[in-house]
Amino acid sequence: MDTILLAHGSGGKMMHTLVKDVFVKEFDSSHLRKYEDSAVLEIIDKKIVFTTDSYVVDPIFFPGGDIGKLAVSGTINDISVMGAVPHFLSCGLILEEGFSAEELQKVIKSMKKSADESSCEIVTGDTKVVDKGKGDKIFINTSAIGTMIPDVSLSKKFIEPGDMILINGFIGDHGIAVLSKRKGMEFETSIKSDVQPLNKLIGDLLSNGLSVRFMRDPTRGGVATTLNEICDGMEFGIELIEEKIPVREGVKGFCEILGFDPLYVANEGKVIIVIKREDSDKALEIIKKFPEGRDADFIGEVTRENAGRVILRTIIGSHRIVDMLSGEQLPRIC
Amino acid sequence: MKYIDEFRDRKVCEQLAKEISNRAIKKDITLMEVCGTHTMAIFRYGIKSFLPSNIALLSGPGCPVCVTPNSEIDKAIAFSRKEEVIITTFGDMFKVPGSRSTLAREKSLGSDIRIVYSPVDALKIAGENPDRIVIFLGIGFETTIPTVAATIKDAKNKKFKNFFVLCCHKLIPPAIKVVLESGEVLIDGFLLPGHVSIITGTGVYKFIAKNYNKGCVVSGFEPVDILQAILMLVKQINEDNYSVENQYTRSVKEEGNLYAKQLMNEVFEPVDSEWRGIGIIPGSGLKLKEKYSQFDANNISVKVEPVEENPECICGEILRGVKTPLDCSLFGVECLPENPKGPCMVSSEGTCAAFYKYGK
Repeated sequence: MDTILLAHGSGGKMMHTLVKDVFVKEFDSSHLRKYEDSAVLEIIDKKIVFTTDSYVVDPIFFPGGDIGKLAVSGTINDISVMGAVPHFLSCGLILEEGFSAEELQKVIKSMKKSADESSCEIVTGDTKVVDKGKGDKIFINTSAIGTMIPDVSLSKKFIEPGDMILINGFIGDHGIAVLSKRKGMEFETSIKSDVQPLNKLIGDLLSNGLSVRFMRDPTRGGVATTLNEICDGMEFGIELIEEKIPVREGVKGFCEILGFDPLYVANEGKVIIVIKREDSDKALEIIKKFPEGRDADFIGEVTRENAGRVILRTIIGSHRIVDMLSGEQLPRIC
Repeated sequence: MKYIDEFRDRKVCEQLAKEISNRAIKKDITLMEVCGTHTMAIFRYGIKSFLPSNIALLSGPGCPVCVTPNSEIDKAIAFSRKEEVIITTFGDMFKVPGSRSTLAREKSLGSDIRIVYSPVDALKIAGENPDRIVIFLGIGFETTIPTVAATIKDAKNKKFKNFFVLCCHKLIPPAIKVVLESGEVLIDGFLLPGHVSIITGTGVYKFIAKNYNKGCVVSGFEPVDILQAILMLVKQINEDNYSVENQYTRSVKEEGNLYAKQLMNEVFEPVDSEWRGIGIIPGSGLKLKEKYSQFDANNISVKVEPVEENPECICGEILRGVKTPLDCSLFGVECLPENPKGPCMVSSEGTCAAFYKYGK
């Protein structure tokens, strides 16, 4: 098998071989080996957290990752920021006729690696093949099931003026890494996507009994959009401090050339944490112990003023409103 | 980052602001920033909060997407409906509404419209699709024109038969002249566009100082640049002694970029051109010279529907500095970045987009 044919999605022998020799073999799950219509999972006495996400990134391989790593990490992070531990994943694939079987193998191996790193199991899946030209190589949908960490409850409604805003590292790496490899761009950069599962970092932070109020991963729309979502309709505002926001030189340079603002560029391995001021130093210390939190820092705080708005204190000391991303044209990045 | 951080230095900004406040003695000082990139930078860095209340900054006609009239957008849309045509364009034009549609809408209906980052990529697409007609939408001021000229020259050398340019290019100095002549707004000085001036040099603005007695400073785009340029303008106004000064010396030379200018002159010649909200400005556009006329998209016959203007949209008045987005009944209500009614809301350099994004 060197390319994907329509028959690989037809339900017949070829599909069975693909499922057996690629998916079941690579994902290596006892649930999958049963070849049943659904996985039967045991979760006792806990609140279940369930999410789904689809991934259509172009190009499918980019510096620092690929669509497989993204599909596993992104969904795991959606579970984690709720204050939950992810356990099980599904893998729904839509393949384009003619897609390289070798690239498919690479993507599947990458999914398995990311799932293993975050102690999650891929327990069910589905594959469809569409006519050439009707898809774009590979689209992946992953759903995940997790369980809430006992005694943890995160919500915007717990946020109070004075709370600190923390981020676990440099912003904009993912969006720029993907864009730099886009056809017609082909910039020479050393920027790698930050795509990574954050469940270990978040799990550890939440097990320390600190007053974490709320968390969210600033993916599409970037940090600016996520912060706006946090304070939208609330009785508090957020003040960001431009010089505290970690942005790599390479990302800055790329953004300068293209007229982007790093605050609006996508991340896939970042979490914004709103935490009670008194607990914030301890939280930073914990996060910094993890490789995915090495460059963590405070980027702002929750204010009584400017309710519902995000205000940036610029590097030159002036203030401006940071709005949600709207109408800007950024290509497919996740 | 070198050459960036120094120009975003808080202390220097504060010092400049202090000096501006001390020196701005005239009761009301109105300055026009001609270029859309200046408008965006002024908002992004909150420059207005550094200025005393007697200095007003007005946005001018320097956003290339914004000044492109419906007639030109309608023509691009008409071309895109031809089955054999591939339209190539900079991203900003994609969502700009014409009389009845946008290129984005036409794409969703099946037109082949591709966003490129350079006209060179458009020529590449023409090479890859020899049985199709590739039309590049030539939008932009002096900053973009040389690369388009170079591409057309390249197309001639390589004997391309399927590459065309719909030339909607515009020139900045004639537009400034119209703003001055109209007398609709009293302007004391101009913050002149840095990027355009890299190509043109500073000499092209002499008439503003000499004939109209207005301050003229070519400015860079960082906060220190803009504040320093404003200070230079204030000094000219105080002394009532006007000349073209160059604040952006690290990029702009008095003579400009001679090679780029020669390329422009070889391929293009001036022609009267329509500007949105302003009308026809003599000698403010460009057309292909006879030697290169084979690449003119106007050689391809196409039926364009009659132009219709949205009577409520005041982009034209905003471009002339007569009104601001806050005077528009559509602004922020019906006209939003995600559903723009006029070009000033679409372009990343548009005044409405800047007001919406940073001001509201």
